[in-house]
Amino acid sequence: MATSYDAIVIGAGHNGLTAAAYLARAGQKVLVLERRGLVGGSVVTEELWPGFKVDTAAHRGQLAGEIVRDLALGRHGLVMLPGVASLFSPLPDGESLWLSTDPVATRDSLQRHSPADAARWAAFTARLDQVAGLLREAYALSMPAVPDIPAGDLPALARLAWHWRGLGKADMLEVLRLLPMSARELLDEWFESPALQAALAALGVQGLRQGPLSAGTAFLLAHQWVNHGGPFKATARGGLGQITAALASAARSAGAEIRTGAEVTRLLVEDGRAVGVVLADGAELRAQRLVSALDPRRTFLGLVDPFALDPEFVRAVQNIKLRGAFAKVHLALAGLPQFKAVAGGLGPAPLRGVIHIGPSLMDLERAYDDAKYGRPSQRPWLEVTLPSVADPALAPDGQHVMSIWVQYAPYHLQDGDWDTQREALGDRVVRTLAEYAPGLEGLIVQRQVLTPLDLERTFGLTEGNVYHGEMMLDQILFMRPVPGWAQYRTPLEGLYLCGPGTHPGGGVSGLPGRNAARQLLKDLQDRA
Amino acid sequence: MATHTYDAIFIGGGHNGLVAAAYLARAGKRVLVLERRHVLGGAAVTEELYPGFKYTVFSYVVSLLRPEIIRDLDLPRHGLKILPLPSTFTPLPNGDYLAAWDDHDQTRRELYRHSPRDAEAYDDYGRQMFRMAMAVRPILNMVPPDPASLSPNDLLGWLRLGGHARGLSRADFHNLAKLMTMSAADLLDEWFECEPLKGTKSASGIIGTFLGPRSPGTAYVLLHHYMGEIDGVFRAWGFAKGGTGGISNALASAARAAGVEIRTEAPVAQVIVKNGRAVGVALENGDELSARYVASSLDPKRTFLALVDAQHLPGDFVDAIRRFKIRGSSGKVNLALDALPNFTALPNGPDGQALLHRGAVSISPSVDYIERAFDEAKYGRFSRRPYIDCIFPSVIDPAMAPPGRHVMSCFVQYAPYALEGGWNDAQREAFGDAVVDTLAEYAPNLKQIIRHRQVLTPLDIEQMTGLTEGNIFQGELALHQLFFLRPVPQWAQYRTPIANFWQCGAGTHPGGGIMGASGRLAALEMLKDWK
Amino acid sequence: MLPGTPFHSRTAPLNQGQNWRRWAGYLAASAYDLSPEREYWAVRNTAALFDVSPLYKYLISGPDAARLLDRIVTRRIDRCAIGQVLYTPWCDEAGKVIDDGTVARLDEQTFRLTSADPNLRWLHQNAVGQRVTIRDVSASTAALALQGPHARLILQQVSPADFDQLKYFRLTHTRIDDIPVTITRTGYTGDLGYELWADAADAERLWDALRRAGQGYGLTPAGILALDVARVEAGLLLIEVDYQSARHALIEAQRSSPLELGLGWTVALDKGAFIGRRALAAEQARGPAWQFVGLEVEWKGLERLYAAEGLPPQLPATTVRASVPVAAQGRQVGYATSLTWSPLLKKLLALAHLESGSAQLGNLVMLEVTVQHQRRYAPARVVKTPFFDPERKKA
Repeated sequence: MATSYDAIVIGAGHNGLTAAAYLARAGQKVLVLERRGLVGGSVVTEELWPGFKVDTAAHRGQLAGEIVRDLALGRHGLVMLPGVASLFSPLPDGESLWLSTDPVATRDSLQRHSPADAARWAAFTARLDQVAGLLREAYALSMPAVPDIPAGDLPALARLAWHWRGLGKADMLEVLRLLPMSARELLDEWFESPALQAALAALGVQGLRQGPLSAGTAFLLAHQWVNHGGPFKATARGGLGQITAALASAARSAGAEIRTGAEVTRLLVEDGRAVGVVLADGAELRAQRLVSALDPRRTFLGLVDPFALDPEFVRAVQNIKLRGAFAKVHLALAGLPQFKAVAGGLGPAPLRGVIHIGPSLMDLERAYDDAKYGRPSQRPWLEVTLPSVADPALAPDGQHVMSIWVQYAPYHLQDGDWDTQREALGDRVVRTLAEYAPGLEGLIVQRQVLTPLDLERTFGLTEGNVYHGEMMLDQILFMRPVPGWAQYRTPLEGLYLCGPGTHPGGGVSGLPGRNAARQLLKDLQDRA
Repeated sequence: MATHTYDAIFIGGGHNGLVAAAYLARAGKRVLVLERRHVLGGAAVTEELYPGFKYTVFSYVVSLLRPEIIRDLDLPRHGLKILPLPSTFTPLPNGDYLAAWDDHDQTRRELYRHSPRDAEAYDDYGRQMFRMAMAVRPILNMVPPDPASLSPNDLLGWLRLGGHARGLSRADFHNLAKLMTMSAADLLDEWFECEPLKGTKSASGIIGTFLGPRSPGTAYVLLHHYMGEIDGVFRAWGFAKGGTGGISNALASAARAAGVEIRTEAPVAQVIVKNGRAVGVALENGDELSARYVASSLDPKRTFLALVDAQHLPGDFVDAIRRFKIRGSSGKVNLALDALPNFTALPNGPDGQALLHRGAVSISPSVDYIERAFDEAKYGRFSRRPYIDCIFPSVIDPAMAPPGRHVMSCFVQYAPYALEGGWNDAQREAFGDAVVDTLAEYAPNLKQIIRHRQVLTPLDIEQMTGLTEGNIFQGELALHQLFFLRPVPQWAQYRTPIANFWQCGAGTHPGGGIMGASGRLAALEMLKDWK
Repeated sequence: MLPGTPFHSRTAPLNQGQNWRRWAGYLAASAYDLSPEREYWAVRNTAALFDVSPLYKYLISGPDAARLLDRIVTRRIDRCAIGQVLYTPWCDEAGKVIDDGTVARLDEQTFRLTSADPNLRWLHQNAVGQRVTIRDVSASTAALALQGPHARLILQQVSPADFDQLKYFRLTHTRIDDIPVTITRTGYTGDLGYELWADAADAERLWDALRRAGQGYGLTPAGILALDVARVEAGLLLIEVDYQSARHALIEAQRSSPLELGLGWTVALDKGAFIGRRALAAEQARGPAWQFVGLEVEWKGLERLYAAEGLPPQLPATTVRASVPVAAQGRQVGYATSLTWSPLLKKLLALAHLESGSAQLGNLVMLEVTVQHQRRYAPARVVKTPFFDPERKKA
């Protein structure tokens, strides 16, 4: 006879672990099941080669502050690294743009590109902070079921509306106007420097199979602004995987049980109710509630007999857009790469933050053009991190690890398949990067290329989509994961979703996991 | 109180100006319309540019003219006849074609040939779009309420909208929310598998925009163009007898019958503003005319950046108008022909004609084709292989050409206003050649039967009609430029920061197409203001 | 030109008035004679031959075929024996009828579904992840309905199959003039009758063989007008006339559930999950708001209305497919959707939707009639359907 749990959480990524920790803290008997041999999902640091620790999926990000506080993650070993919050964009001509939290350095760098842009930077960040503040309020809530909003949701909505009106009329309309724009339209209104436009536009297309000219990319820019608390991206000491390690520790200490190497192959559904899971080894585990951190497509079309669901719901799930857009390349380096632009006298400081390779916004658009027709970008946009610069423990003495986010790499290729094109992609990335950091090739000790197909196989990201569903206007807020089911509940009673495929979506925020746990607990309370 | 020569002066004799003027005159006001050109109609004009051949120069079909305007102004009595355009024919590079005929069974059979599932999906899709159009229709007839205002009128507007939204089924509400935000390509991917079908349908999502069919926001434009189909009995979709100039003539006749005075070749130099109030206009010939209200049906940029001295406007309003996106993306080629083009996919019969000539011919073999056409435009080139929507006005209305001869109207996208290196005569002809070459791939006799060709680049459209950048909608139909954000936030209710100065063109809600709704709603607002 | 069916070369010369109507994009004879009356009487007195090829037909096969159909239709497919045919509606998630038709189990893993509307997309949409193949055989399958008291005698002339053993709603595979034919004991007339399914290429030979065999038995090619009268007498409903497909409806009020259509007997709430089950179970529990009933117009009342204008009752020559208000106690309680004069029963009959409160058997309601341009109400009684139900239908 199988043990029975209050809740089984499927998937030990940061959202699954967050949900598990909140549920366990509320006294629920929780079991977390992870397919891989280690926890972390897409927020994971792996020792790919002896002494080289690599953030194999997401390489920057931070949890929402309230989660860190609620779960006291500091006590579980989470330390966010100071001094990495910057964005460095070396340019082909040896020039560079370096944005950071240091206003003087940022202004000086901007000044060299455009005095007008330098003058508008503060106003721009203030505007985005304002938009992000508003989104942040909405992200803390379960989305109401529209159009028939239940009375219980009204107080939270009223708070949101109050915040909204607090913006003042002009700002309020400005926020509304901004979200459906393209990143290009938004940035054209503010800036003229191609380097600055490109660096910011990248926020609007990261992980998305859209270019910066596509409407709605201004929203993703704002969304990332919320998650990162601005344009700069954080990381944790010991690698981004320390976030999930701390979450796992917090969950365990609250009483949750975590099993790795336990792949769920099927959900047990009895009379319209999800009652348990079947593991790859055939074992059946039962629980009062199931909480899936997998993406909605995988959850409903992979783990559930479609006949257990209404055809229109199945159709809506099939229509969730989950197009893979990026690949990752990881390098073990014998020494620190020398960027032409850094030689100009900036020193290694810019290398602690994010290094952006993409000189102009239209370069990003051109990179997207390839992906649109099923080809990897000939000139990809790269987001590079060298975590061992700020955290030497991540690589053997004097050596370094490099993580490269490569965009665009479409999941569906027009010609050929990823298994045969993997290394060609790696070569192209290294070549591109070497234009900015000559001699890079000679430093490479090891290389790993993760194509969208590999991301799918390794991390369970359908089509390699890191957000579990594109962050586009028609797939956010009350339309996430599908319209009518934005409250983490599902048509199968007892089954909840808690992954980034649910509101408020992708990133390392952990908010979907927290919101889902809260919704589940509230439902239990309402029932009692 | 000062006495004015007129109650209201309307700048611009396009369809919105004429509609607004007619509504005011019907309410007993003394109204003057001033038109810069020698013909009325703005972008809805028919001109005999080659002896015997009448071109419907810019706009060419009527799809959205509001039924209440047809009724209120009794336009049929003033000569409005909307003739059917019964089919859409998409020739394909492989020598086949896809056609949608006016008969349901025929269309189903034709689609079935390409994809049995799409033949069925087509009906379901049509019904869904019909429901969506029904859901959006009331919005076309309302002044956009201000989301930040607590005034009774605005609250009432939101209540009406809210009540309307609650009247929708959950599924319809969700579908509408998605439709408003997604791309035409994604929407069509949810329904269809047949590329030519998706290509042809997606084309309605990009008309007048500077977006490709894969960009979010284009599904709404597709719906915007669908709107005409719900008022089926009015035959809102079709070809106006005499070309779109026929509509303008009917509107002008109705306006005159209501007492409107119309002056052509009377370009306005400036709106006269005194003490923050508009009091009249100054013509380019130096004449000054006074009126209680002045209204402009020109696009927002022309209205606020050219007709009005910037000192009368708040700085951030001017900034907002400058930011208003009004990129021109389409051109027009009009042809005078000795015969009808013979399409390889469905050759002409012994009478020198085929069924396809009664309707539209769409060069849109796939979504990728249109997306590629856009790719060129975004880098500042016109599409070498553009999307083209053709009709043959002389087949529908033989009076458009001498007996046995024909005119052909080709709407072409993309042709960016901001062409790399700028538009000149050589570029214009190269653009015209690209259009004719593209068409000739499907109808090889085309080049031999052309007698006269008129090529209009966005720059030509701007220079001839005054539409900034040649944008046919007086402002792109992008989500952030619709409803209470059109043309700019806080000024979506036809008023302007200058007292007694109004806007009534397609740059205001609900926007472009020969719809007339902007003019009508503006006139009704002006009348409400009249005390 | 609209295409004809596979029998067109045979039916066209018989059509004296070239009196065609459209049926699913094909030309279908309204009547071959200039008046449909003789064709109607063939159904009830001898035998009538209808070309029903425009029906949509799908072959669904594979290990999950039964499971898929059980998921879609309201009846129990798991209990459908090989060689059995079921009449069944199918619904959307809200339990509203999308279409109705028949499911014939040809073998363990193969079914033929017939329907009035195209359903290929719906079948595919529901077949996600199932081991089935779905083939649209609408155009490649010719279909004839041989209906009337002599139907069996005629088939016995041309086929070696044992028709005495072929029970109601069962099928047999046989040969006619060496053509492989599947014969189902089904029909749309409520009489003894069969439907024949064959390859479209063999259609003309099949028609000829039946015509030859039927010569001595009064076999009469018949059109849709005759069929329409017979089906009302049999109490059988017609999509887009008696109900609107949930798929076509623009508003909620245009949709009907099987319980509201008198098809409660087809709804197997006891089987596993099927589309619409939840909604139908709830509706069953609270009782449907509407009933679909037969109405018989009281002759004397009708006669009186006409007599007041100095006229004898004016009766429709064919089935009236229009919505007619039905009232009770001074307010509208429903509407009739099919109205026909039964030449056999000598009664004016209607199929009507009534609010459940007014739908009890024997209840008297008022049916709107137009008498000499005046709106009048004729008394009508709720009666059991089928109005006409001969023993031979199932014997």
